[in-house]
Amino acid sequence: MTETPEKVAGVEVGQRRISIPGFTEEGENLAAETNSAADHSHGGLGKPKEVTAGAGSRANRHTGFDLAHFPEPTGREEEWRFTPLKKLAGVLSDTPTQGAGTDQEAVNYQVSGTVEGVEVSSLGHGDAPRGDVLQPADRAAVVGYRNAERALHLKVTQNTEVAEPIRVDITGRAAGARANGHIVIEAEPHSRAVVVLEHRGSADFNGNVEVKVGDGATVSLISLQRWEDDAVHVGQHDAEVGKDATYKHVAVTLGGSTVRLNTNFRYAAEGATAQMYGLYFADAGQHIEHRTFVDHNSPRNSSDVLYKGALQGATARSVWVGDVLIRKEAEGTDSYEKNQNLVLTDGARADSVPNLEIETGLIEGAGHASSTGRFDDNHLFYLMSRGIPEDIARQLVVRGFLNEIVQKIEVPSIRESLADDLERELRISGH
Amino acid sequence: MSTLEIKDLHVSIETDQGTKDILKGVSLTINSGEIHAIMGPNGSGKSTLASTIAGHPRYEVTKGEILLDGEDVLEMGPDERAQAGLFLAMQYPVEVPGVTMTNFLRTAKTAIDGEAPKLRTWTKEVKQAMETLRIDADFANRNVNEGFSGGEKKRVEILQLELFKPKFAVLDETDSGLDIDALRVVSEGVNRAHQENNMGTLLITHYTRILNYIKPSFVHVFVDGKVAEQGGPELADELEANGYDRFLASAAASV
Repeated sequence: MTETPEKVAGVEVGQRRISIPGFTEEGENLAAETNSAADHSHGGLGKPKEVTAGAGSRANRHTGFDLAHFPEPTGREEEWRFTPLKKLAGVLSDTPTQGAGTDQEAVNYQVSGTVEGVEVSSLGHGDAPRGDVLQPADRAAVVGYRNAERALHLKVTQNTEVAEPIRVDITGRAAGARANGHIVIEAEPHSRAVVVLEHRGSADFNGNVEVKVGDGATVSLISLQRWEDDAVHVGQHDAEVGKDATYKHVAVTLGGSTVRLNTNFRYAAEGATAQMYGLYFADAGQHIEHRTFVDHNSPRNSSDVLYKGALQGATARSVWVGDVLIRKEAEGTDSYEKNQNLVLTDGARADSVPNLEIETGLIEGAGHASSTGRFDDNHLFYLMSRGIPEDIARQLVVRGFLNEIVQKIEVPSIRESLADDLERELRISGH
Repeated sequence: MSTLEIKDLHVSIETDQGTKDILKGVSLTINSGEIHAIMGPNGSGKSTLASTIAGHPRYEVTKGEILLDGEDVLEMGPDERAQAGLFLAMQYPVEVPGVTMTNFLRTAKTAIDGEAPKLRTWTKEVKQAMETLRIDADFANRNVNEGFSGGEKKRVEILQLELFKPKFAVLDETDSGLDIDALRVVSEGVNRAHQENNMGTLLITHYTRILNYIKPSFVHVFVDGKVAEQGGPELADELEANGYDRFLASAAASV
């Protein structure tokens, strides 16, 4: 598998650090070029729908809480063009599923036992800090916001260091029943915590998550999508990262028929480190979509985005759209984003679209990369000619490929269970 | 003492232009400890023989047999052949994404031996073998063959040969693309495996250069999918002096 360095307006941006000749104070908006030219589609069948709206700078994308500003998508919008909208009818509708009870009942929440220094409560509409960090950026997020009556509020108080991960188990009770959820995580200054959201069962789940990372705090949010095959999940996970704070968001998507997660970061001040990691395994019939957006809206912060996915099965589908915006005021930014896909069988399709917009030349670094490799008969023959049976050869390749993300998860029990999950995934299509 | 027998082997491949016969009746017998060189011009079927022995799915055996100590090799998958003690050092080793050399070597060794090697001795053995073949220690953490130069890939093939200890090895143009130092290092590796494990070797090459380092007891000249002539090391010297012209002329005349 080889990296494909991208050239945008003659500037090589595929490397860890770029140097842009003659590029100093003024900056340059590369959005137009990246949006039109850098459509990194690799491998597989089908054609993305044409873009008719929404293209352009990420800075101009509308956000807000008013549903009227977000009409039902047609599938031609930039942010919806890869998504199978038919599957999302439930989560895009502003009314609950008939006969499925209220939105709260379709999903069961279980928060792990009481921990000293962690306050668990719920927030109604208008209760601060609900809505402070979340900036709904599409219709699903607004629908979710409006229809989630109570939001789960987890607060890690100042200077508290939580040793064990705080777990929230989110379990869907019925396929096709719409559920809207909202979780507000507040890490006060200099606190330290790992939060695990584990999604299981069946539902049409629309889940917003907002995370306020206080100054000097260290927070990891691990979102596991282990849905049943008939589940639908859309969600927007927003974070505002405070001064000198460290935030890590890990999305692991294995289950569900359609999963679309938008993960967005922005910064409150300077000196913060923010990481977005993702791991996904798409089988036949699955659509797994991750959209990441790092908004470098203030100076001297760093970000690192890495999503890796494997695809197996004739109709397996994955989408990664990674936006990084380095605003004019974000001098001293250091950012990098990368997506890698491994296509295991014919007919699977991985779309990978990195978009990098740089409005100032006074940065430490900015880069993006995307590659999609195939595990083909030659790889298989090579490994088998060394005595390795076919099923083990496939496991070896997939595990090895995804291990880079697995290692970023600091909870040992999750790392171990992922190894089992991947083994199961590989067995699904009969290999 | 083991024996690898190739009897009247006919092999064809599917191409866009239809089925093409490549091997047209090859017979060879190799015993443990013997080194056989197969020489011949481009397109004579040398690499097809190598890939067929290893079980590459592209090659279809239409007639003949391959037997390892009487066992039917053609009935085995590529993995079973390796487990039975066959090894192919490939002409173009494949880059495998996502799998580190360390992980690959350990997994293969486990599959071949039927049990996992003892971690401490294995790590030491790998490290030593890499040093001897002058492979940078950093390679252990890199993905299999990914970004390796041609010469590095060949050394890594010989590294596997030394670690897996096969009964029979087929070296498919292992000498091509090697500079003189690398050629010596690689040849020494083959000679070690030969001496320490009493390995039988089928050495496929265009050139006699490698025969200065690895001394064959038998030389077979391949022309148009068949063994045109067999002899001792002196046959290689003659080829060095006169080339393949006389074989090609007779092959053309017989068409």
